[in-house]
Amino acid sequence: MSTTTKKGFFSSKSPTIMLIYIIFLMLPIYWLINMSLKTNEEILGTFSLFPNNLTFDNYIIIFTDPSWYWGYINSITYVLMNTVISLAVALPAAYAFSRYTFLGDKHLFFWLLTNRMAPPAVFALPFFQLYSSVGLFDTHIAVALAHTLFNVPLTVWILEGFMRGVPKEIDETAYIDGFSFFGFFTKIFTPLIASGIGVAAFFCFLFSWVELLLSRTLTSVNAKSIAVTMTKTVSASGVDWGVLAAAGVLTLIPGALVIYFVRNHIAKGLSLGRV
Amino acid sequence: MRKTVNQKAWFLVLPVILLVAFSAVIPLMTVVNYSVQDTFGNNVFFEVGLEWFEEILHSERIHAALGRQALFTTIILLIEIPLGIFIALNMPKKGFWASASLILVALPLLVPWNVVGTIWQIFGRSDIGLLGHTLANLGIEYNYSQDVLSAWITIIVMDVWHWTSLVVLLCYAGLQSIPSAYYQAAKIDQASRWNVFRYIELPKMMGVLLIAFLLRFMDSFMIYTEPMVVTGGGPGNATTFLSIDLVKMAIGQFDLGPAAAFSLIYFLVILLVSWAFFTIITNIDKQEN
Amino acid sequence: MAKITLSNLAHSYIENPTKPEDYALRKIDHEWTDGEAYALLGPSGCGKSTLLNIISGILTPSEGKILFDEKDVTTETTANRNIAQVFQFPVVYDTMTVKENLEFPLKNRGASKEYIEKRVASIAKSIQVEDILNKKARGLTADAKQKISLGRGMVREDVNAILFDEPLTVIDPHMKWELRTQLKTLHKELGHTMIFVTHDQTEALTFADKVVVMNVGCVLQIGTPEELFKKPAHTFVGYFIGSPGMNFFDVELEGNIAKLDDKQIELNYSYEKTSKKIELGIRPEFVTLTNNSNDIKIEIDRVEDVAHHKIVRALLNGKKVNIIVPEDEKVTEDMTYISLDKDKINIYVDSWLVEGEKIS
Repeated sequence: MSTTTKKGFFSSKSPTIMLIYIIFLMLPIYWLINMSLKTNEEILGTFSLFPNNLTFDNYIIIFTDPSWYWGYINSITYVLMNTVISLAVALPAAYAFSRYTFLGDKHLFFWLLTNRMAPPAVFALPFFQLYSSVGLFDTHIAVALAHTLFNVPLTVWILEGFMRGVPKEIDETAYIDGFSFFGFFTKIFTPLIASGIGVAAFFCFLFSWVELLLSRTLTSVNAKSIAVTMTKTVSASGVDWGVLAAAGVLTLIPGALVIYFVRNHIAKGLSLGRV
Repeated sequence: MRKTVNQKAWFLVLPVILLVAFSAVIPLMTVVNYSVQDTFGNNVFFEVGLEWFEEILHSERIHAALGRQALFTTIILLIEIPLGIFIALNMPKKGFWASASLILVALPLLVPWNVVGTIWQIFGRSDIGLLGHTLANLGIEYNYSQDVLSAWITIIVMDVWHWTSLVVLLCYAGLQSIPSAYYQAAKIDQASRWNVFRYIELPKMMGVLLIAFLLRFMDSFMIYTEPMVVTGGGPGNATTFLSIDLVKMAIGQFDLGPAAAFSLIYFLVILLVSWAFFTIITNIDKQEN
Repeated sequence: MAKITLSNLAHSYIENPTKPEDYALRKIDHEWTDGEAYALLGPSGCGKSTLLNIISGILTPSEGKILFDEKDVTTETTANRNIAQVFQFPVVYDTMTVKENLEFPLKNRGASKEYIEKRVASIAKSIQVEDILNKKARGLTADAKQKISLGRGMVREDVNAILFDEPLTVIDPHMKWELRTQLKTLHKELGHTMIFVTHDQTEALTFADKVVVMNVGCVLQIGTPEELFKKPAHTFVGYFIGSPGMNFFDVELEGNIAKLDDKQIELNYSYEKTSKKIELGIRPEFVTLTNNSNDIKIEIDRVEDVAHHKIVRALLNGKKVNIIVPEDEKVTEDMTYISLDKDKINIYVDSWLVEGEKIS
């Protein structure tokens, strides 16, 4: 019978390990879902593996209250903007770092990394002043740009690592075969670093999505993020656990979709085809 | 790979520099400014500034927080890195389960950090949480709000739950980018499973492992929301890590000066460690060539 | 060393192949002589890599068998077939030194220390890596790495065959020649069966004792470089080999007379009547430019000066014709005719070479 090339050394791994890990990961999430389907009284009052009085009220609140669903839409908007900008800017830079040496390259690379290290708290107030002064306060682009501070270095870093794994000879062979730089980059190079792009895109999305401080500082009404909207559940009268849990469950969905879409890139692997 | 010298590469890097500098340099200057000013508007530079730095550097409270932070970061790194590698090696590479695993593994990363704290806060309560309830039924002593050890274990397990997947994803992508020819060559050479890991997989994952390590180091050093929500820094100040202490100070004393000074020092520590790592790695690289 | 036999071998990547086009590799029956150097030559997608992977064991064929020295190895793993493979890009263990790389296969088989030392020294000498034995493999050039890949394959004395999958792809052009020469010398020295996959005819023709020309999953011809040059079995082989390739003209055939355009060409052989497509093939080397109006008329498009000779690109009734003119001969304005060396004419029916009856 025909068998295709097997990737990886084990063709049959023990699935037990994965199973245990995934159960470990899913338990709190199951608990979250559990909470989202209960009333606050039940959450705080009793211990039950399954809601005694199953209720969708928490979800209904979110779907019907504009400030809730706008929170999601706003977040998705600026996160996607950020991902696109970060990738677009990082790809050429990472290429330069991986293939060329130039004056100050190592220091530049490290300076970039330092921006990822900076605690966002440090930048909250200055950013507020900066974006207000150029009239971009409470816009999606402001948050998208602000997040590039820490996402771009990370993206460059990840992409450079993957690009380094592609031998320069591939580039040269492509030029000999008549490709322009742009043609080579899009048709040959990008598929080879697909894993890296998938991972970098996902991380951009991830870190921008969960960021709370800057997205709160730079927005008020129009571009209010979901993370901020969720703080609504904590008020003087206590915590609205049910709604918070439901909101939490719903935040998982966009990210899950992103990973679903880049899964082929991440799982692709380097296939040095015929050049 | 031999890199060619090409000063024109600066053009490729320019967009990144402009974007990041716009965000980083301008605000940073403001911060430096703050830390040497008195908040109530007396623009008395330098003398006042140095005072704040002095105070911070000698504060016992800060030293304690730093110690707790170092312990925490070390523990989670020791757990998350090997665990992440191990899981990545065992993740399916093709087919339905590959996609399913990827999505499930990624989920903890996507939960907003305040929700993470909230989940675990409830999760760990013996009256209404799955974990707490189960442990109580098994007769194990567990109370994260009153017992220091329980609090630490809860925070650590929470962090491992939350962030190991980051290491897994990076290592998985790194593994996937190893051309199958290497595995075939290993088969032809009759290499053992351990040899394959040691000579092919691990070297090829070094790049992503470094990224994973530094990321986890940086982020765990800055950890705030999750422990804050679960234990509030307690019991007492048992889980008061650096940023929690920083915020307490800033809010409590309503004084941005020392807080800003603290931020800078904080930043410098991370910078130093990362620079050390970076230099070590690039030196190893240079030696090999 | 081993004799490799392919028996009724075919491969399709689809579940239930029905038409010939469904096959990546169409039926092939062949015996590879022990100790010979073969080249698998053909354009991208012709099935040569599929064939190589079947021989090495990376791929199991959907039909047929493969035997090493009469032993059926069709379902055997790569490791058990005792072959070595050099890939398109260098596969070396970066963290090990060159020496450790070469020792690795032997260590895994539990060979004795003395034996390993001896073998490694001998191979290192053959592939000329003695001076870098203690260097880490990571920082070496692409050609050095390929040599190490090769060395790792050859270090096992009992290796049945060495397979090369377009190994010179990532090598610098000026090193390609060096490596090719070294490979040929190694082959003479050690006598392993070598199978070399390439799409570059120069590589194939200079390296191999016998060349297997493939296209679209079919093996078109297996022969020495000379045979391929003089008597290509298929028009594709004629096109592919030679620079430029063979010229083909549509002709009508009557016994031993070929009618091209309005001219008649006398042939050395007479052929059976047929209604299928008939082509006359002749290499540019054997076409002469003349100014004799009795010869076949052509239009010269341009003349390319290629150092040792000139290539004249011309058209015959709109169809391309290439003529090679020796360096010292001049091309004048009135030379708009060609004559063909009838000893070097091949006739193709339905693209395949046919032999006629010799006229005495």
